[in-house]
Amino acid sequence: MNDMTWVYLLLVALVVAFGVGVVLLGRRRTRSGAESVEAPPTTQPAPVLIQEDEGAPTVDEVVAVNEVVDDVGVAEVEQIAPRSMRERLSRARSALSGAIGSVLGRSAIDAATWDELEEALLLADVGIGVTTALLDPLRDRVTSGSIESPEQLIDALRDEMFGRLAGADRSLHRRSDEGPSVWLVVGVNGVGKTTTIGKLAARESAAGTTVLLAAGDTFRAAAAEQLSMWAERSGSEFVRGAEGGDPSSVIFDGVERAASRGIPLVLADTAGRLHNKQNLMDELAKVRRVAEKGAGVVTETLLVIDATTGQNGLAQARQFHESTAVTGVVVTKLDGSAKGGIVFAVETELGIPVKYVGVGETIDDLVPFDPAEFVDALIGR
Amino acid sequence: MFDSLSSRLDGIAKRLRGKGRLTEADVDEVMREIRTALLEADVNVHVVRSVTNRIREHAIGATKSTALDPGQQVIKAVHDELIRILGGETLRISYAAKPPTVVLMAGLQGSGKTTNSAKLAAWFKGQGRQPLLVGADLQRPAAVEQLRTLGAQIDVPVWSQPTDPIQVAADGLAEARRLGRDVVIVDTAGRLSIDSEMMEQVRQISASIDPDYTFLVIDAMTGQDAVQTASAFHETLEIDGVIMSKLDGDARGGAALSVKEVIGRPIAFASTGEKIDAFEQFHPDRMAGRILGMGDMLTLIEQAERAFEADQAEQAAARLMEGQFTFDDFLEQMQALKKMGPLSGVLGMMPGMPKELKNAKIDDDDLKPVEAIIRSMTREERARPELINGGRRARIAAGSGTSVAEVNRLVKQFSEMQKMMKRFGGAGMGGGRKARRASKGRGGSPFGGLGAPGATPDLGDLESLFGGQIPNSDPFGGLGRPK
Repeated sequence: MNDMTWVYLLLVALVVAFGVGVVLLGRRRTRSGAESVEAPPTTQPAPVLIQEDEGAPTVDEVVAVNEVVDDVGVAEVEQIAPRSMRERLSRARSALSGAIGSVLGRSAIDAATWDELEEALLLADVGIGVTTALLDPLRDRVTSGSIESPEQLIDALRDEMFGRLAGADRSLHRRSDEGPSVWLVVGVNGVGKTTTIGKLAARESAAGTTVLLAAGDTFRAAAAEQLSMWAERSGSEFVRGAEGGDPSSVIFDGVERAASRGIPLVLADTAGRLHNKQNLMDELAKVRRVAEKGAGVVTETLLVIDATTGQNGLAQARQFHESTAVTGVVVTKLDGSAKGGIVFAVETELGIPVKYVGVGETIDDLVPFDPAEFVDALIGR
Repeated sequence: MFDSLSSRLDGIAKRLRGKGRLTEADVDEVMREIRTALLEADVNVHVVRSVTNRIREHAIGATKSTALDPGQQVIKAVHDELIRILGGETLRISYAAKPPTVVLMAGLQGSGKTTNSAKLAAWFKGQGRQPLLVGADLQRPAAVEQLRTLGAQIDVPVWSQPTDPIQVAADGLAEARRLGRDVVIVDTAGRLSIDSEMMEQVRQISASIDPDYTFLVIDAMTGQDAVQTASAFHETLEIDGVIMSKLDGDARGGAALSVKEVIGRPIAFASTGEKIDAFEQFHPDRMAGRILGMGDMLTLIEQAERAFEADQAEQAAARLMEGQFTFDDFLEQMQALKKMGPLSGVLGMMPGMPKELKNAKIDDDDLKPVEAIIRSMTREERARPELINGGRRARIAAGSGTSVAEVNRLVKQFSEMQKMMKRFGGAGMGGGRKARRASKGRGGSPFGGLGAPGATPDLGDLESLFGGQIPNSDPFGGLGRPK
């Protein structure tokens, strides 16, 4: 026991005692009518100022190591023709066309124009910071007269956004020599990591690469079963360990098996984890280190982000990047009503390129990220 | 990362303090900050607009007021508004007169339906019910296996068949009747709200089992789309309540507030960890504190009220403020503190606790030496710590199995704290000169005297207490600031 602990405990005890006392004294005073003030609220805390806080913490963070995980979902194959990102996103686009339509419908750029553009970007989860950074230079250009019509404004916004996404390397890398390359797939719970691996495996198999799937999610109930079904469907090799076992060793075993059989690519699944749980992030960093202990080299660490994710996506990307050196983002469920604007923020703020996009539930509904189509969908053109 | 709303408002409040009254420009600035903070918390754009409009009215009111600290008034308006939106009520679960009570779970892929079905079953079990889990998610590979594994963990039977989801749901209900289970929880496949075929399927499931409760599971990390999704599901299914999953992340959960505002249905439960019992009924009002980044002061106060004997605490507080707090009082309060649960949990709920402290591993056993030292003191020593001289210290250390240095430290900290709390007391109760202006008319808020910048007592002693051991921390950020 050190000095600090003492001080803290003493302080807490006193603060609590003091707080309760004040509440009770306050009540008594109110009861006796000594002061004509409103009753002390029992359902509302007083406004309390603090400097920084990440929200109410939960008590059981520390112990939540090997327990139950929220489910990763994606339905089984229901065969429909593969569609392009553009086709898939058109559904999402309709929601926004209202805003852009009314911007274009106006004869001049006025205050409402800016409100509508801002709202469209915010609704797409681009975030207030990035949105402001995008629109402020455009305001200047409108003031200076270099942009005059709503059409020009939309085009300029599109060019600006596209420009920020241009030039990134969006390919998935493999090593040039013989040994196995490892693509490690990470992310928070329920974003679709296992499904993404299944689709990636199908994609690589179709291109003639033999793939091994390593069931590094030893934690969520039936996660390995889910992955084994994907392995079967994509005709891939499959390695699993005991439920609740050490994920590092499962992936290590997968890499060794791949090396001995001359399989060039290992797709390693990991358990979903919230990025604010340090012990789980440390575990993930270890998984990545151990994956390179043997014959393998981790050539991609792919962070899967659900398109419905809000501003928390930035925090996710930062933390996962810190622990595992993320090389690319896969954004899933982009075929829903969410536009996934947060990955625009992730790529432009953190420099992590978006590489693939999940646009449906069939095994081939994973397509390369197309910045132009994405931007068009975001701003609703 | 994101500055919390309260820290933004804090900054503004500081700047406004000298002014005495707000101008229109001040109000604009305040509203911009509030808007940014709400958007960063993922509150829906449209909800943000209506919220800020209402807060603006309060703020404009504050410009006309000279009696109060205008910054504080605005902050109070924000908090009140958030609570109003979230609603004060916790959903009460009532059971069907003719069992079983049927619960339908729905949501997007990956929102956590399967896990939360099991958690809900465990919760019902804790209420003395006998639930049956029905696995109607035949889409996702191994979803039923996952449910079976979870069911085995909590000792709740799971029923499913590889037919079709509507059939499984109906047969599951019949199975529950046959087995005499009094609650049935039907887990369904994740679906996108714009997938009309799948939405029709879940509508048919609902029609065939006629659920008493339909819960929509929403990921706490969801952004602007939460409202759209919730509205679409509500149109199809008539949602009774929302289950917020993954609330143990660091997302502020502004989506929760938005959903409540838009579909008018409460957040019924919240999943707060990976453990199966990390699942509780949701207290909507407390979400406001979280969105504001204030810590969970309410739960803390509630627990404190349960743990502390009212009269005792009152007397102790009174003595504390008069600077007559003794080691006996301290021991008493410490015992009560223990009743509030693990210390790490209590610390976590304190607003403005430094991160090092929140993450510190604090063992409740750490309190034991402190207790031992105090118990090794004589009655006189406890009442009058100044009696404790060198010889007595050696005796106390020997008696408590600690060292003289530890005894010294405790005695020294205790006397410093006595001084400090005396000042707190003066300010908090409106006795201090500095506090008088700011605390006027704020008698209703128990911590108002502490939270208001205008009433902040001089906390110089606090800094000396910490002896520079916690760099950049502001342990009393929630309660005041050193000047």
